[in-house]
Order: sequence, then C-alpha cells, then structure tokens
Amino acid sequence: MEGQLKLKAASVLLVGTGGLGAPLAMYLTAAGVGRIGLVDFDVVDHTNLHRQIIHGTSDVGRPKIDSAMDTMREINPNVQIDRHEVALTSENALEIIAGYDLVVDGTDNFPTRYLVNDACVLLGKPNVYGSIFRFEGQATVFAYEGGPCYRCLYAEPPPPGLVPSCAEGGVLGILPGVIGLIQATEAVKLILKTGEPLVGRLLLYDALAMRFRELKLRRNPECPVCGDHPTITKLIDYQEFCGVNVNQQTPVAIGDTDVLELKKKLDRKDNFTLLDVREPHEVQIGRIPGSILIPLGDLEKRSGELDRSAEIIVHCKSGGRSSKAVEYLRKSGFSNVSNLTGGILAWSDKVDPTVPKY
Amino acid sequence: MAKVLIPTPLRQYVEKKDSVEAEGATVGEVLASLTGTHPDLRKQIYTEEGKLRSFVNVYLNDEDIRYLDKDKTAVAPTDVLSIVPSIAGGVQSIA
Repeated sequence: MEGQLKLKAASVLLVGTGGLGAPLAMYLTAAGVGRIGLVDFDVVDHTNLHRQIIHGTSDVGRPKIDSAMDTMREINPNVQIDRHEVALTSENALEIIAGYDLVVDGTDNFPTRYLVNDACVLLGKPNVYGSIFRFEGQATVFAYEGGPCYRCLYAEPPPPGLVPSCAEGGVLGILPGVIGLIQATEAVKLILKTGEPLVGRLLLYDALAMRFRELKLRRNPECPVCGDHPTITKLIDYQEFCGVNVNQQTPVAIGDTDVLELKKKLDRKDNFTLLDVREPHEVQIGRIPGSILIPLGDLEKRSGELDRSAEIIVHCKSGGRSSKAVEYLRKSGFSNVSNLTGGILAWSDKVDPTVPKY
Repeated sequence: MAKVLIPTPLRQYVEKKDSVEAEGATVGEVLASLTGTHPDLRKQIYTEEGKLRSFVNVYLNDEDIRYLDKDKTAVAPTDVLSIVPSIAGGVQSIA
C-alpha cells in the first residue's frame, strides 16, 4: 500500500509518445503513477501502428497526445495527464521538466536526447534513457545520485545521416515494446526507491540473438555538463550541436524536378538517369519504374557507375537524402543533376497511388 | 585472437557478421587488424586523423576502454571487445 501511495504521489514526464512512449504511458498509467506529462506534437500515421500500440487505426490523423490520453484514461481514469503538445526546446525544457520527479526519454532524435539530458542534469532530475535500432536496444538511468549522464557515454552525436533512423533503417515493431517496458520498470523502481536501478549500467538487448548484456558506465569527471567542473551551465542550441540544419527539412533548391515533370519525361522516354538513393528494403516496398538503385551510403564508392554526361534526377523517400546526394554529385563534377522534390511519397500522392507510402 | 562484437548499424561493413575474430595484443592492435581487413568499417569508427569517433565507444568485456588504458589496453585471447555506437531510433529531421 505504501508503495502504491508513493506511485500516486509521483509525477513522470514522458518525452515522446511513440515507439518507446507507447508502452511506457500504458504501463505507468496501469501502475497508478499519479501524474503523467506527455510531450509530443506529432500526429498519428498508419506507419506508426506496428509499434506505437497506444494508438489505433481510428486514431490516424489525430494528435498523438489526444490518442494517447484516450487509451490511458481507459486503463486508469485516476491518472492526471498533463498535455505538452509542443516540441521540447531550449526555451521551454527547463520549465516543463521542473514540474516532474523524473523524466523518461522516449525521443527519436539526437538533438532532443542531448537537450533532455542536459536539462535533467541542470535540474537534478533522473533521466530514464532508452533507445532502439532495428533489432537492438539500449537502456540505462542517467543523472541519478552521482551516476553518469548521456554525455558521459557519448560526448557528441553522430553527424546527421551517418546513423540511419527507424524510418530509413527500419525497426522490429516489438522492439521498442521491450525497451519501453524496461524503462517503465526503472521509473517505478526510482519512485519506490527499490531494487537496483540501471545507474552506471548500460543494458544492451539483442532481439535476434535474444541476449541481454551489460556494460559499465561511469560518470566522466570531465563531462561538460555533469563533471567536476562543468562548462555547460545552461541549455544550448542542440540542432546546431548535432549539425542539423532545420531548414533542410523541406529542401526546395533551384533545379529541383517536380514529380509531374518526371512523369512527363518518363512518358516521352526522354534520355536521363533516374537514381534512387534509398535502401534495398525500401525498394522492396515500392519503386518508380525505370530507376536505378545506389543507396546513399554507397554513392561515393559507386558514382563511377553513373554517366557524367547524362541528366540525372535523384530521388529518395521524401527528398532529404536525395538532396544530399545531389550536393555530393555536384561537388564531384556532375553538372546536370537535380533533386526530385518530395521523393517517392510525392510520386505516390500525385502520380501513382498504387506505389505504397511508408 | 580476440572476439569483436559488431553492432547492427556496422554489420553491413563486415559481411553482415555479428562478431569477428581479430589479432592483436592491445585494443588498438585488434581494431587496426579488424579495420585493416575491412576498410569501410574504418571510416565509420575512426576519424581521418585516426582517432576513435566520439559517438562510438569500445568496451573490453564490460569496461569502457576510456577508463582502462584506451587503445593500449591489453587484450587476452578470451576477451571480448564490443563496439557500441550511439543510436536514437525514430525519424531524423532530414528524411
């Protein structure tokens, strides 16, 4: 009973109601955590449903926060749910996080992870970390009782594009379920001050081998945010730190090709190369007829396969990777290269809806 | 010969294997041997100046080599090296 009352008196902030946040929110609600804050500004998409089980088919198109709250209320109407339908930024993070006992990081990008980490260290709030990739997951507890923080583990993020995201690399839908539940377990243990939390321990999960391993994590005395002489005492620009240019989200450069133009060129049998820079498993889902495939990661090695004198139109899923490919090819001396605006998603929308979106 | 465990994001550079045996008496030697036979892997885990990239950690059994002797850490034949890169799942803002 005492434990149940501690849970009732506790408040947990869930950053993200996606793959990790979904099982977290459901189980923490079921466990009777008194107040749960949800941070998510995204909208439910049908491609989320294989792993974000807090949302259902009838929620597609709704804000994830609304969909999550409905499921949580059904499980336990006594939980107070705080809505933060915003992106967590350096401007709002400290204020939002200050209102909770602990934070569970269920985000899907490096800038936010570093933001959450730094804010938690600065405010003295534990950060239950979990992350996934394809068939592997990691979990630990940062910023708790002298233990390490995320920067102690990884001082810097990888440059954007080097580590594929779930959208590009794909993920086993069940995987975030396992990691999310490990995070939920750790959150409950921290609230009840029981058991041995994953402080100073990095749990590694390999779903294919079905093996759990543990690595030791230490607080780095020279860590810029939680070390003995911190140099970071307030939140920074995390997009810049991670090398992400937010403006690149919807690249509209001069010399882009529109999907309708591409269709005309294909129908006229114009002489050009249509280069697809996605991963092979994406091509299995659908492709634009006539394209040749060189995944972005292989482009440097294989650009010799391309005809320098030909016109080349490059595409990917939605235009981000292909614009990087175009930049690279132009720098390598290809003079007639353009980016297909909107990628295969735009093709599916405007030209051929039988090509599946994903 | 020590065993080096390869994480999923890097398996494409080692013929999709999840572990590789490599020769060497220190961590530095084992990794040099591994990346010598797999140059594409080298580019992923080392910078152009030959330093280990900061979003890649190397463990000898369960200890981070940064807290041992870094790449001079001695490796026994029964030891297992793990390469653990930073992962974040989800969707990146550049699709």
